[in-house]
Amino acid sequence: MNSIGTAQARKRMDICLSCPRGCEIHTRTDENNEILDIEGNKCKLGATYVKQEITDPRRVLPTSVRVRNGVRPLAPVWTPTPVPKHLLLDLAAATRDIEVDAPVHVGDVIIENWRGIGVDLVASGEVPVR
Amino acid sequence: MEVTKEYDVIVIGGGPAGMAAAIQAFKTGSEKVLLVERNNTLGGILPQCIHNGFGAVNFDRDYPGPQYSYLYEKELRSLNVDILLDTMVLDLTPEREVYAMNSVDGYLHYRAKAIVLAMGCRERTRAQIRLPGTRAAGIFTAGTAQRLVNIEGFMPGNRIVVLGSGDIGMIMARRLTIEGAEVPAVLEILPFLTGLRRNYVQCLLDYNIPLHLSTTVNNIYGENRVEAIETVKVDDKLQPVEGTEQVVECDTLILSVGLLPENELSRKAGVELDSRSNGPVVDSHMMTSVPGIFAAGNVTAIYDLVDYVSKSGEIAGRSAAQFARAGTHDSQSGITLKPGTNVGVAIPQKLRFDDDRSGEMFIMLRPNALLERAVKVELKHGDEVVGSFREQYARPAEMMIYRLKERELARLRELKTGELTAAIS
Amino acid sequence: METKQYDIAIIGAGIVGVMLARTLARYRLSVVVVEKEADVGMGQSTSNSAILHSGHDPVPGSVKARMNKNGNALWRELARDLNVELLDTGAMIVAIGAEEQRNLRTLYERAKENRIEGVEIWSREQCLEREPRLSPDCSGGLWTPTAAVIDAFEAVVATAENAAMNGVEFLLNTEVREMIVNDGRLEAVRTNNGEIRARWFVNSAGVHADEIMHMAGDRPEFHISARRGEYFLFDPAKLNIANVVFPVPSEAGKGVLVATTSHGNTLVGPNALVTDDKDDTSVTRAGMHEILVSSARLVPSLSPRDIIATFAGVRATGNYRPDGVNRDFLIEISKTVGGLINLGGIESPGFVSSPAIAEEVVRLLAEEGNEKLIGNPGFKPVRPAHVRFAGLDHDERAALIRKNPFYGRIVCRCQEVTEGEIVDAIHSPVPAVTYDAIKRRTWAGTGRCQGSFDYPRIMEILSRELNIPMTEITKRGPGSVFLYRKTKDVV
Repeated sequence: MNSIGTAQARKRMDICLSCPRGCEIHTRTDENNEILDIEGNKCKLGATYVKQEITDPRRVLPTSVRVRNGVRPLAPVWTPTPVPKHLLLDLAAATRDIEVDAPVHVGDVIIENWRGIGVDLVASGEVPVR
Repeated sequence: MEVTKEYDVIVIGGGPAGMAAAIQAFKTGSEKVLLVERNNTLGGILPQCIHNGFGAVNFDRDYPGPQYSYLYEKELRSLNVDILLDTMVLDLTPEREVYAMNSVDGYLHYRAKAIVLAMGCRERTRAQIRLPGTRAAGIFTAGTAQRLVNIEGFMPGNRIVVLGSGDIGMIMARRLTIEGAEVPAVLEILPFLTGLRRNYVQCLLDYNIPLHLSTTVNNIYGENRVEAIETVKVDDKLQPVEGTEQVVECDTLILSVGLLPENELSRKAGVELDSRSNGPVVDSHMMTSVPGIFAAGNVTAIYDLVDYVSKSGEIAGRSAAQFARAGTHDSQSGITLKPGTNVGVAIPQKLRFDDDRSGEMFIMLRPNALLERAVKVELKHGDEVVGSFREQYARPAEMMIYRLKERELARLRELKTGELTAAIS
Repeated sequence: METKQYDIAIIGAGIVGVMLARTLARYRLSVVVVEKEADVGMGQSTSNSAILHSGHDPVPGSVKARMNKNGNALWRELARDLNVELLDTGAMIVAIGAEEQRNLRTLYERAKENRIEGVEIWSREQCLEREPRLSPDCSGGLWTPTAAVIDAFEAVVATAENAAMNGVEFLLNTEVREMIVNDGRLEAVRTNNGEIRARWFVNSAGVHADEIMHMAGDRPEFHISARRGEYFLFDPAKLNIANVVFPVPSEAGKGVLVATTSHGNTLVGPNALVTDDKDDTSVTRAGMHEILVSSARLVPSLSPRDIIATFAGVRATGNYRPDGVNRDFLIEISKTVGGLINLGGIESPGFVSSPAIAEEVVRLLAEEGNEKLIGNPGFKPVRPAHVRFAGLDHDERAALIRKNPFYGRIVCRCQEVTEGEIVDAIHSPVPAVTYDAIKRRTWAGTGRCQGSFDYPRIMEILSRELNIPMTEITKRGPGSVFLYRKTKDVV
């Protein structure tokens, strides 16, 4: 996130997503992304969160896909497994090329193992046939 | 018009509160339960809330809205509960007579031994914040925009400014970005975020959407369709600061400026409303001032987690079924819960100990101040501190839910009447 | 482009234009109304105080005074024929403090001079008894019992519908862009939808009436300055004032009033801001503040929390001063351009005056224009009422839904407007083809949620009934679409 690069160490600030509190955690990391020091986290979850954020930030993507012959034109979908952050908009774009047939059921896998990264796109709602 | 059907419990509204209430009313023993929903689907607002973040309390999981809704719908449909979709309740009497209609069954006149009000809430509009500018097309409330994008399947615009940093506003900023729109700014008139922090990170920071605090819309341009807005900084009294105006080109303005409990039917039934919560005064059984009429969820006050909406529905449904069987209720006794320092809304307004069947009692407090430090919440009956608990902070965006401890319940049961003040310090 | 030929072409479908069209339909004449907007009544006719003024206020002897008094009387029968809600509220002009109280006598004398019936000076107590929410500083008032409240939306639409029922043609989205004057006579106008020829052209273009005159080469000195007036509407569930309360007027005009509407809302406004842009109906921060402060002087308990709608209208203030001092309505057969009738500077009390103005035009046509007006025996004066579901009792509702299930589906929850009413409006004699047109006819979207609930539903119904895509549904005509594209379509 807000990284400021220096020769030896990089400073950053993250808002922890582990709980609603949302601690503002300040860290310094070295060139290998190892945390040199950390402050602002009120619990251990914060450190784990920041480590993940620094090395491989991931997010859940909720969106929708077109449905053919459904009572509604769209079905809600999501990635129960988080997606690497830098790929979020790529996956979002990929959903524009998809059209599935009604009925759609909760849990239907719409895309399996997208780009081989172990992420499925799964229906989160029902769309009965029109 | 004659009453054509009698029910034990009629639930008005098929969102999370209503579904939970109907399920619980049936499970508590009501044989004839009817749920009336004005939409053509169950779930209320949930089917359009396709983002995740639902179920943490009740399922220990993180579900998208439609899926959370589906779990309740599946259970409800497995029970012998009557469901009327696409049906609008038009009138409700204190005698618990319901007038409703749809285009298939026509005009309906039913009566119930108990009613659960679960109509949810509506969005504050442009007029309520007296937003200046033209009346061009392209100004939507966030919930309407969400319905258009996620249910109807249409984008309201391509370059969209969001006013209000509430959760729906931030979630819509992300949603529109995901579907290819540009969101040049989210504006918040207050000096702090009004939604949850996790949404600030996941919806705005992750998608590089700028948030401007202490900033509001000063003008809307465009005769037919929105062409631009003018933003302005505000001072600590929320008044515009001259010289800080900036024009932002956009085709759409989305308003996420607050929610109001929907209580037209409550009014018709003569239910007493609380001017702070804008919802009915309810007791710990979620019963309103009219015996036999109960309320749950956003009708009573605006919740920020659906899990607690469902919980309040369960309490209301269970209590309604019990009322339907017993037919009476002592509406006099109880301890009044009042909001004290730093508390905007306290629900329920009355704690009852006449017949504590549920065994547990929750109170819900909405802070009206932002305190980013450890706080202490005290429940005082006169000078006596009956209960207290600590929280790491107090934020208007986050409701405090507190389950009263056995010891506290025992003492309150002894006190039986009087006033309990909840204060945050 | 095609050319159409009529006896009379009316430019502008505000209340003055449609009332004239309906009045002319009583005769054997071919009449067309040309309107640049997508619906009738898109200007000041529907963004005003919706009050049928008694006529106590205009300068005695003026055209305004005569039109107002006569119009007020004519509206009673009209409202019955057109099935338009008219509330006989009367109006109070309320004085605050001793100085204003002294001015009441002057107002009373003027009302007497205008021969307005039933006018009385009231004591503080009489005023407070009539409206207990009035300021305790109230020092007395002038009671004008013939003032009334009307549904301005419905009145314009009903008048236009009745005109259409009687053969008047409406050309909407049709803007007059050029005029063809030959030998001093206006022969035709060119519009974006072709040429229109007529023996008479009536200029009832409201705030744009001066531009129409100038286009025809008439009255270069006539000028309309637009004055914008902002309004608030309050939630009827929170506040219900059953009266019409004016302040004592000042130089600036009638002042900010507090009044009921025919739908039970409380209406507050207008201020008067001179604006360069005649089509600018935006509301402003300063303006809204001004009307809040001014209205609180009359009714201190008004709470901004209960406001459910804000809007603004632009009044057509003309500079026609026959007595050299006071502005007046200009109603004339042009002295310089043949075939042109000017209705200029029709600001307040234009709405109430409109039936009298229409009669005056008929008189001018017959007496000065040498038109042989032959009665139309087929004229149907009654415009049947549309279904208003919200106003029905339980049994009537049940019967209605049995007849047509469309009335069983609520589209606007706050105003209890059904799908049947929306469909009726779309297929009415002057069809509603935009969201705002439906709103004006049915009051859908005018309640607490201001359309948040009904937008998608009304768009769907419009799309289905008119067989046009959702992305082409507009709020108020070309350029005001609601939706840009399908969610999953690429930008």
